Amino acid sequence: MDWQALILTLKLAAITTAILLAIAVPLAALLVLGRARWLAALEAVTALPLVLPPTVLGFFLLVLLGPRTAFGRAIVALLGHPLAFSFSGLVVGSVIYSLPFAVQPVVAGFAAVNPALVDAARLLGASTPRLVWTVLAPLARRSLATAAVLSFLHTVGEFGVVLMLGGDIPGATRTLSIALYDQVEGFDYAAATHTALVLLGMSLAALAVLYASGVARGAGPESARRGARHG
Amino acid sequence: MVECSLDLRRGGFHLRVACRFASPWTVLFGPSGSGKSTLLRVLAGLDRDGKTQITVDTKEMAKLPPGARNIGLVAQQPALFPHLGVAANVGYGLRRMDRSAQAERVRQMLALVDGAHLVSRRVADLSGGEAQRIALARALAPMPRVLLLDEPFSALDGKASDALIARLQPWLREQRVQVILATHDATDAFLTGAEVVLLHEGKIAAQGAAHEVLREERERIIRGVGSQA
Repeated sequence: MDWQALILTLKLAAITTAILLAIAVPLAALLVLGRARWLAALEAVTALPLVLPPTVLGFFLLVLLGPRTAFGRAIVALLGHPLAFSFSGLVVGSVIYSLPFAVQPVVAGFAAVNPALVDAARLLGASTPRLVWTVLAPLARRSLATAAVLSFLHTVGEFGVVLMLGGDIPGATRTLSIALYDQVEGFDYAAATHTALVLLGMSLAALAVLYASGVARGAGPESARRGARHG
Repeated sequence: MVECSLDLRRGGFHLRVACRFASPWTVLFGPSGSGKSTLLRVLAGLDRDGKTQITVDTKEMAKLPPGARNIGLVAQQPALFPHLGVAANVGYGLRRMDRSAQAERVRQMLALVDGAHLVSRRVADLSGGEAQRIALARALAPMPRVLLLDEPFSALDGKASDALIARLQPWLREQRVQVILATHDATDAFLTGAEVVLLHEGKIAAQGAAHEVLREERERIIRGVGSQA
């Protein structure tokens, strides 16, 4: 068992999930509460990683973050090293790749909040951040939990982006899925079985917790159900 | 005094209104679909349109967001925040006050709507009528200049509704809170002695004292009482 790869994978998934939740909540609020027409384009861009082959995304990021582009050179000047083939680069790639898995459940959760509650908060002077913090997020907490679990698991299992952007550097960019690939390439099927079972067990355990807590089944916010009583 | 001029299309519905609400109580009267709720939503800023003009005491409101208009709205659906308790709901619009002042205002508002005993209840445990009282207390807590009521007492029986209005009226007059009440129940108009604005298919059909504008409704009510007696 490659413990180093396991720890690196968990660290990558935890950091990515935290960043994704911080991005997904305001982004989902913008998509749900906003009225501008360009938001449809933003929503499409957000969903793009769902349909784009991970290797394509990894390739574009590799080029963008490399020394051939002004952006890549600016990153080197700022950090002192390129983002490609580094753990930080993996975090950037993972955040972009898993973005729809965080944003879409939160959008669904916010959109299901009774609009009369949003109106009530607005009338009582709530700014958009306060509306999100005090009304939308608490009522869509099940969706937030779903977003967190999906983001975490999707990051744990990603392969194409990691390989393209990070390569296979032990302790820096070699995640469990890369380690599994290496083990199969080296005909070490015993170790590969071990690694695959760990990945399978982690995924299954997280989903089991999600479903056992009723989070995934009751994805709609409580407001929709309780509001009916007073409708 | 509230003045408004609006020309609004929503699907097949066309609301075209130019009016002045000067009475402390104004009743918007009309059948379902006549535009009462839409007019209240426009006044509150929840439904906005570029051509709308709204002034409250000569202050232009149309471009202000709902929370900056000093206008409260209580709709038929109380829309209480289900994850907050009763006290937190009533105090939601009092963020700028310090905690002790907030608590005192919440206590006052709950007493005003005869809901002091509900202070520590969960929203999920309230009946429909109790929820409407709490929604009213929540809208009044920030002391709005104008209070818009969109059939807010539908879950209360006639006696309870009349008692609540009787309780509210002197307080609202004292606090100089102007009320615009949308209803399709003529008795609300007669009870409050309000000026009545009769809406029909998105236009104002008549405006004036209740006994003039709602003469037919009044006779119908009297006939109904006579036949029951």
